[in-house]
Amino acid sequence: MTFQDNTPEQPLLLRASKTTKFYGDRIGCQDVSFEVYPGEVLAIVGESGSGKSTLLNCLSTRLAPTTGAVEYRGRDGILRDLYQMSEAQRRVLMRTDWGYVHQHPSDGLRMTVSAGANVGERLMAVGERHYGNIRSNASDWLERVEIATDRIDDDPRAFSGGMRQRLQIARNLVTAPRLVFMDEPTGGLDVSVQARLLDLLRSLVSDLGLAVIIVTHDLAVARLLSHRTLVMRHGRVIEHGLTDQVLDDPQESYTQLLVSSILQP
Amino acid sequence: MSTPATSFTDHYNFAYLDEQTKRMIRRAILKGIAIPGYQVPFAAREMPMPYGWGTGGVQVTAAVIGHSDTLKMIDQGSDDTTNAVALRNFFVQTTGVNTTTHTKGASLIQTRHRIPEEPLSEDQVLVYQVPIPEPLRFLEPRETETRKMHALEEYGLMHVKLYEDIARFGHIATTYAYPVLVNERYVMDPSPIPKFDNPKMHRMEALQLFGAGREKRIYAIPPHTDVVSLDFEDHPFTPQEFDQPCAICGAEHVYLDEVILDDQGSRMFVCSDSDYCEERRTEGHTGHLGTNPLDAPSNGTAKDNASSKEACK
Ligand SMILES: Nc1ncnc2c1ncn2[C@@H]1O[C@H](COP(=O)(O)OP(=O)(O)OP(=O)(O)O)[C@@H](O)[C@H]1O
Ligand SMILES: [Mg+2]
Ligand SMILES: [Zn+2]
Repeated sequence: MTFQDNTPEQPLLLRASKTTKFYGDRIGCQDVSFEVYPGEVLAIVGESGSGKSTLLNCLSTRLAPTTGAVEYRGRDGILRDLYQMSEAQRRVLMRTDWGYVHQHPSDGLRMTVSAGANVGERLMAVGERHYGNIRSNASDWLERVEIATDRIDDDPRAFSGGMRQRLQIARNLVTAPRLVFMDEPTGGLDVSVQARLLDLLRSLVSDLGLAVIIVTHDLAVARLLSHRTLVMRHGRVIEHGLTDQVLDDPQESYTQLLVSSILQP
Repeated sequence: MSTPATSFTDHYNFAYLDEQTKRMIRRAILKGIAIPGYQVPFAAREMPMPYGWGTGGVQVTAAVIGHSDTLKMIDQGSDDTTNAVALRNFFVQTTGVNTTTHTKGASLIQTRHRIPEEPLSEDQVLVYQVPIPEPLRFLEPRETETRKMHALEEYGLMHVKLYEDIARFGHIATTYAYPVLVNERYVMDPSPIPKFDNPKMHRMEALQLFGAGREKRIYAIPPHTDVVSLDFEDHPFTPQEFDQPCAICGAEHVYLDEVILDDQGSRMFVCSDSDYCEERRTEGHTGHLGTNPLDAPSNGTAKDNASSKEACK
């Protein structure tokens, strides 16, 4: 018996096809098409109001597109249109196979329950009923996101902004999702705290082989984390390619402007 | 047994509510019975008593009571607290039905905070007064979201609450309104009964009806339905246990109230279910105090003085 020595091409994980969202007459995003593969980090960049969050919400089933499709390949290998699935199926996906990291940790955390319960919630949601296992899992995850494990019973109100964001990340990763959506995850943080979080994100993403779709207006974040970058303007994708290419050799004048603006001292 | 303190007047429609309202409530009850543990919204009416006085339970009782019923009204296990007396009198005035304090002799029992110790039978109905019907409210204030959670059976949050208990106190510290899973489908708040009573709900022979007046919800558990208290594998549900029997009837494995006897701080633990206690004493059982110290001087109602329920561990 012989094996092919070239590894077969990985099947795509998520595909957007002409995804379009209108808010009344106003364009949120229009005709966005791309694919994401397992383990790949895709950055969505663009100025404020360019449609980044709208697109992310359409991809993550938080906002139904006006037209176009978004498909996702489940663990069973079947590619399905997310908006043809039942709400129950979508919600299962959201709390098992996906993560969603909000810009403001308070939108993604339960601020009045302990850090341990915040991390453990998804485990309980998928049927884990052993307190000891939940707690040791939560404790491991706190350690992985560099939160002292003796803070496990504190609630996030007692945490700094950076700790809260790291807790939100742990809470999302505990069920070993394959795809994580992030909307400006470093947005509200001080520069030094941002740098630490980015380092952490980068190592988690590569250790876990996560696919990530990350929205940021900060090109440095895209540069550090992503393999590919998609540049948006007025709701449309105007440039799309390997991050290094897009940032080092932008083709579109708008992207050139974006890049040059951050390179200004 | 007890003679009504007030008598029936025909100034009211039978059981106070008009027939149309009663039919509307009965439809909600039937739907509740068809979907055990599911909270059915209903158009709760203004009752001649404030919320918090059991208006939900009263409306359910009013919708199901008939001329031939014998009604028992309990509050904290007792038939003679101010609340129980007022509600019993309300139904005596508006229906003229017979009342009793004997669990066995009642066809319809309305209760707040307890399930009688005497096992109930198929020809009995137990109506609970419910202050807050939504078990998920503690962690999820949005009604749209809790409805969705029930619809999709997303009950992870209930365990978050139990997790928090264990993390904070080393054990599940919830002792009242301890959440249950009904018929393997809906998570339900059993109303603020002690968790001691939870096992009585499991496969109970009697029909159990729950009414929440302020929140306008009715739910039900049909006879013989599975009712399981939520827990963790390594922290299993445990009902309260008392390390002593009732001081005056000697009953064990019953729920006890602590009663203060004098201002020197002497106290005793007695059955919270006063009818059960009395029955046992009539049958000749006595506890270590022999007779009831409260029988001698007039002391007000024992139950109004009952303070802590934390005699248990
Ligand atoms: N709920 C809404 N109703 C109406 N218009 C909206 C809504 N949300 C966004 N928009 C509009 O859609 C467009 C895209 O907005 P979006 O929030 O997706 O941009 P963004 O790239 O995420 O911006 P930012 O960087 O400021 O977060 C904007 O014109 C915005 O005003
Ligand atoms: Mg945005
Ligand atoms: Zn007794």
